[in-house]
Amino acid sequence: MTAALTGLGYQRWALDAILLLPLLGAVLVMLSPPPAAKRLALYVTLAEFVASLGLWWTFEPTAAMQFQVVRQWIPEWGIAYRLGVDGISLFMLLLTTLTMPLAVLGSWTYITRHERPYYALLLVLTTGMLGVFVALDLFVFYVFWEIMLIPMYFIIGVWGGPSRLYAAIKFFLYTFLGSLLMLVAILTIYFAVARATGEHSFGYDHLWRNIAYVRPWAFWLFAAFALAFAIKVPMFPFHTWLPDAHVEAPTAGSVILAGILLKMGTYGFLRFAVPLFPEIAMDPAVTAVVVVLSLIGIIYGALVSLVQPDFKKLVAYSSVSHLGFVMLGIWALTLQSVQGAIVIMINHGISTGALFFLAGMMYERRHTRDIAQFGGLAKVMPAFAAVLTVVSLSSIGLPGTNGFVGEFLVLLGAFRTHPWAAAIAATGVIFAAAYLLWAIQRILFQQVDHPENATLPDLSPRELAVLAPLVACIFWIGIYPAPILRRIEPSARALVTQVREAAGAPPVAEGAVQPGAR
Amino acid sequence: MPIDLTTPGGVTLALVPELVLTAWVLVLMLVAAWRHRDARVQRDVGLLTLIALGSTGLAVAWLWAQGATPIGLPAMMALDGFRFATSLVFLLGALLTVMLSLGYVDREQIQAPEYYVLILLATLGMMFMGGAADLVVVFLGLELMSVAVYVLAGVNRKSVFAAEAALKYFLLGAFASGFFLYGIALIYGATGTTNLWLIHGRVLELGLGSNVMMVAGIGLLLIGFGFKVAAVPFHMWTPDVYDGSPTPVTAFMAAAVKAAGFAALVRVLHQAFDGLPIWHGAVWWLAVITMVVGNLIALAQRPLKRMLAYSSIAHAGYLLVAVASGSAMGSAAFLFYAVAYTLMTVGAFAVLAAAGTGGERDVLIDDLSGLGTRRPWVAGAMTVFMLSLLGFPGTAAFIGKWYILSAAVDADQRLLAVILVGASVVSAGFYLPPIMAMYMRPAPTTEAHQATRIVGAARWAVGVMAVALLLFGFWPNRALDAARRGGESLRPASLYSLER
Repeated sequence: MTAALTGLGYQRWALDAILLLPLLGAVLVMLSPPPAAKRLALYVTLAEFVASLGLWWTFEPTAAMQFQVVRQWIPEWGIAYRLGVDGISLFMLLLTTLTMPLAVLGSWTYITRHERPYYALLLVLTTGMLGVFVALDLFVFYVFWEIMLIPMYFIIGVWGGPSRLYAAIKFFLYTFLGSLLMLVAILTIYFAVARATGEHSFGYDHLWRNIAYVRPWAFWLFAAFALAFAIKVPMFPFHTWLPDAHVEAPTAGSVILAGILLKMGTYGFLRFAVPLFPEIAMDPAVTAVVVVLSLIGIIYGALVSLVQPDFKKLVAYSSVSHLGFVMLGIWALTLQSVQGAIVIMINHGISTGALFFLAGMMYERRHTRDIAQFGGLAKVMPAFAAVLTVVSLSSIGLPGTNGFVGEFLVLLGAFRTHPWAAAIAATGVIFAAAYLLWAIQRILFQQVDHPENATLPDLSPRELAVLAPLVACIFWIGIYPAPILRRIEPSARALVTQVREAAGAPPVAEGAVQPGAR
Repeated sequence: MPIDLTTPGGVTLALVPELVLTAWVLVLMLVAAWRHRDARVQRDVGLLTLIALGSTGLAVAWLWAQGATPIGLPAMMALDGFRFATSLVFLLGALLTVMLSLGYVDREQIQAPEYYVLILLATLGMMFMGGAADLVVVFLGLELMSVAVYVLAGVNRKSVFAAEAALKYFLLGAFASGFFLYGIALIYGATGTTNLWLIHGRVLELGLGSNVMMVAGIGLLLIGFGFKVAAVPFHMWTPDVYDGSPTPVTAFMAAAVKAAGFAALVRVLHQAFDGLPIWHGAVWWLAVITMVVGNLIALAQRPLKRMLAYSSIAHAGYLLVAVASGSAMGSAAFLFYAVAYTLMTVGAFAVLAAAGTGGERDVLIDDLSGLGTRRPWVAGAMTVFMLSLLGFPGTAAFIGKWYILSAAVDADQRLLAVILVGASVVSAGFYLPPIMAMYMRPAPTTEAHQATRIVGAARWAVGVMAVALLLFGFWPNRALDAARRGGESLRPASLYSLER
């Protein structure tokens, strides 16, 4: 496989192709007759997924940036179209391209108005999100980071629920506020480095190598980056946009928000905020703040989920909790915890994505998401019940499912550097079991006490097609995560080593316990 | 091409664009006077105006391409990239205004062919402002422009609001001109000259940096300019005047008139008072107050026209950030942003004019509801203009804002940059609602927006503006290069040979 792809020169055109394909698809969708729009969008996203699969095989498990593309864009300012993939971004890419066909399929019957612009926006959004994950030029990164706001804003605002306008503008403003401060930070770094080195460039490599020149303002620069990313993650207390946006967005919008957009925040920490400013990020005070906020996120998100009457809102708040684990994993900064953080980023995309799909399917049948309106669905919809149970268990982190691998690695890694934090975070797993098991108990079991529920149809083949790949991933990652961990490891190790060295923190001995080691 | 400005031939050559435009003005004025009540002639005058502006633009481009530079110190008119670049910006603004006006004057039944002549005269004044090498020429250009625009504001004699706008603009404008003139007098008193380069030389030579007369003169100049560019706290006239004037005239005032004020401001500050610390603080505060107040008040506006009026005040604040940097990069950023600003402002007003068949003053932002489904192309163009005004990536204004922020950060004015981005976040609160209304709210009635049509030349103008904004958003290289050359051409006197 690898040889065949290399023969085609895949490494050279892969990133260009997967960024360009959705854009072309968007144009085609706009030009197509309306009934064909969704089919066309499905084909494009499937082709996109297939095209991106080559990355899996041709990716070499080293810490180096691969599939690099460098093309001059605005040479006057040292802006070039620089792209590349490493072990951190690889899985974000694959997660995105996997999610998009499912998102299209999941919108099949949900979206009934303005289909063409909807699917075109989904495709534009795909390019925007992929661009964020592969950009190696801070200008290009910023452009992708912002541009992706517009399609999401429209998807929430036009096709969303009753209070969609409020949710859409809140989502937009929160992200916009954070990212504009990041813009000033980017410019400050750029000029400081340009003055010191004489080379004007927004290239990530160049800025990273010369980052020492910005030391006087490093704290503020870190704060600007961190704010932009923390809002996106979202970390407590910047999370208030999330329940609104997730609940009001159409099903596919929620899936993409939870599955991919939130990862852009944690990805930003891994790629920019932490490696660029290691001594600030690892400063004891900053660490304390981040770890405490992550713990609050984990516990608070879980507790709020526990009391939600609305299933979609429950899932939305559970994201705050899961992303808290990711943040903890990043800040624990051991090989296992960082690997675990990346694995949770993948898992959360799969499990929470599936939960949002399931919530959407419930809503399409009953036009309500109120948990109290359901009950006894296991008898009426056995396949639905089976999938919901599996997905919930994976979200809880049951061994044998993907959720376990990520959370275990994070807790294991975090225990070495922040034992107390790890201990508190572990209780989050218990809370997750509480809110999800209680929810599925009320939805699936007990008596069918609402007569409307007695005749609900079980999953259609289309819905099964949406859920099956996600369930397959749940078990695959849960049982045999080694191929994934192997690809993540070099980049994670390089990150941990570099940051620890730069911050003057002692290296942490790698433990012998490492599930799925080679 | 070095040009000797002491010979009649040299002066003529240096003034070719202005002379071309003047010739057109004279011809068209005669035509307008001759056939005053003929609607067809009015239309022909309008079309000829387009040709006039186009040919003047060609003359400017020719002179620029020739690399015209003065031998010795420029006496009355400068001969540098900044002049040519600003001239092109003004001509672009005027051209787009005329394209909007062709259909608009028919619809509103404004029978006054001199309308177009006044636009040309105002443009001529602007070109003198952008190219002046002498404070007196700045003042002449300013008055030529202002008087023409006072009349344009009240050209729709059937509207009481237009009359109010014209009177208000005239009274306050005359007052501001007084400040300006007094400022020139004081500076002349302090330095004994009105030539920008010689002022600079004298200031350095005689150490006039903190001379009371000098400081007072600069302060008065800033007040005069502040009025013309609608900087807070000299903006009080703006909402009423913009609101009452015919919409294409409003677009002209918001785009070209403001750009002209800035062009002269940049030239005077950078050339005559380069390196003087006294104006930096003042402009810094003007920028901050203008951005904050403009954006916050715009947030509270329901009528689209008033929202755009306050938004133009806010944008004056962004441009002041470029001025405050006091560097060649700041001037270049001003030039680039002025082009983007002209395109998006005139575009937004064009859509407003189309939506306002029942009176543009009464169009509320919410009245755009459902435009997205009824008039997808108009709504699409409006979306581009709104996102541009917001400074969103993918549009020219983003590159412009990036440029301004670069200039500010490069000049170590990071706080100003942070305030600018904060103001931009606030501005999302009023640039997004039109988009929201167009796409996310249903049309109130089935016959809503039936009359919303952009026809004829205006359709071309709107299309070109929207496409150009996107194009410059992704491929700004050529424009950036021109802006940089224009900005760098504002060189201090020491670079010219001082013999004269």
